[in-house]
Amino acid sequence: MINKRIETTGEAVADIFDGAIVMVGGFGEAGSPIELIHALIDHGANDLTVVNNNTGSGEVGLAALIKAGRVSKMICSYPRTANSTVFPELYRSGRTALELVPQGTLAERIRAGGAGIPAFYTPTSVGTPLADGKEQRTIEGRSYVLEYGLTADFALIKCRAADHHGNLVYNKTARNFSPIMAMAAKTTIVQAADVVAPGEIDPECVVTPGIFVSLVVAVDEPAHESELVARGVSYP
Amino acid sequence: MTEKATTSGANRIGLTRDEMARRAALDIPDGAYVNLGIGIPEQVAGYVPEGREVIYHTENGLLGMGPSPGLGEGEPELINAGKRRVTALAGASFFHHADSFAMIRGGHIDLCVLGALQVSKHGDLANWSTGAPDAIPAVGGAMDLVAGVRTIYVITQHCTRAGEPKLVESCTYPLTGPAVVDRIYTDLAVIDVIPEGFQLVELAPGVEFSYVAERTGAELIPIRQESLGGEE
Repeated sequence: MINKRIETTGEAVADIFDGAIVMVGGFGEAGSPIELIHALIDHGANDLTVVNNNTGSGEVGLAALIKAGRVSKMICSYPRTANSTVFPELYRSGRTALELVPQGTLAERIRAGGAGIPAFYTPTSVGTPLADGKEQRTIEGRSYVLEYGLTADFALIKCRAADHHGNLVYNKTARNFSPIMAMAAKTTIVQAADVVAPGEIDPECVVTPGIFVSLVVAVDEPAHESELVARGVSYP
Repeated sequence: MTEKATTSGANRIGLTRDEMARRAALDIPDGAYVNLGIGIPEQVAGYVPEGREVIYHTENGLLGMGPSPGLGEGEPELINAGKRRVTALAGASFFHHADSFAMIRGGHIDLCVLGALQVSKHGDLANWSTGAPDAIPAVGGAMDLVAGVRTIYVITQHCTRAGEPKLVESCTYPLTGPAVVDRIYTDLAVIDVIPEGFQLVELAPGVEFSYVAERTGAELIPIRQESLGGEE
């Protein structure tokens, strides 16, 4: 019988190894799997390449992982946010590298990676510095840039409800990158506010089918980044 | 340039930020799917004339975005691209990022309103980086929006705080996209980008043509006589 549920966030992230590529769901605080990220900090994996739209805020969640010195490279579209001070410091001192990717290209690279498409042509960034050094091609009179699909060793995902098969339902704009990251990672680790029995999620309403999910851990009352930051919380 | 544009205070010439948003809102057509950038563009939604139904898209996965829920209200997981709390109207939908940018890049969004650092007379837009060596580069979804959305409007002050023109012959800042801007709303004028360059569409109340032309870094083409008084 398939049951992807695991008891603790610590067990959920235990296999993440040094040097791994880790996709982290979330756009700003919406969908950020803070409890899984904190478990990853406790776990200690180092030299990670992290894929996320942003670089976290304050000193919790993704920003705390970066602050702990565990991230050698960020792949993101917007590493500048209110209350985001940790990444700029490490970037300027050369301790964390940055691959800047337009947001839609980042999304499509992840989608393509998960769908078995190694590369694609996009009009985004043509004529800008972000197209420098990239292969270009003219198709029906318009120029396009070649971009490569992106895959990962692990994805850390937050959702509202998961069943034992790993079928997922998200919460409002917390969905963002998570469904495509779940597809693009070899091992997708999910924290769900509710873990339910198969059949309790209407198949018509499943957003991420369980085939893309490896592990599910219940986090009943997930913290919100903005509330932690407002309280001045610093992890660990 | 004889004098610098006054950007604040009692001597102010031209439109306020709110008035610029209000002016741009007049041109948002009924039934349009619209993406509004962060800053002054966000304010456009509040001024769309009554009787027009416009569906707002935010690239972080919501169509049917409603107004801000008010200070201290709303939910941390219902936000816009500026990461501020918003509401979802009846008929709204949520979707993931690849679908959201398929809407953008695939030409399904009718209109986008963005801010600008510079716009060239060819419609090149620079709005993501000043190219300063110590700046953290951040692009977000701007390059995808200008590459994919059919009509691009820009709202911007006519000049920088230092009084330098933001409408220029060619951009000195890194581009967001080449030849993408259709129309520019500034505190001094509404200007279209046409193959010949910057075409004045209308002047803000009390503003003279010469005043705008002096503050524009490329030729400003006067309003053609036959179109005078045509639209209001």
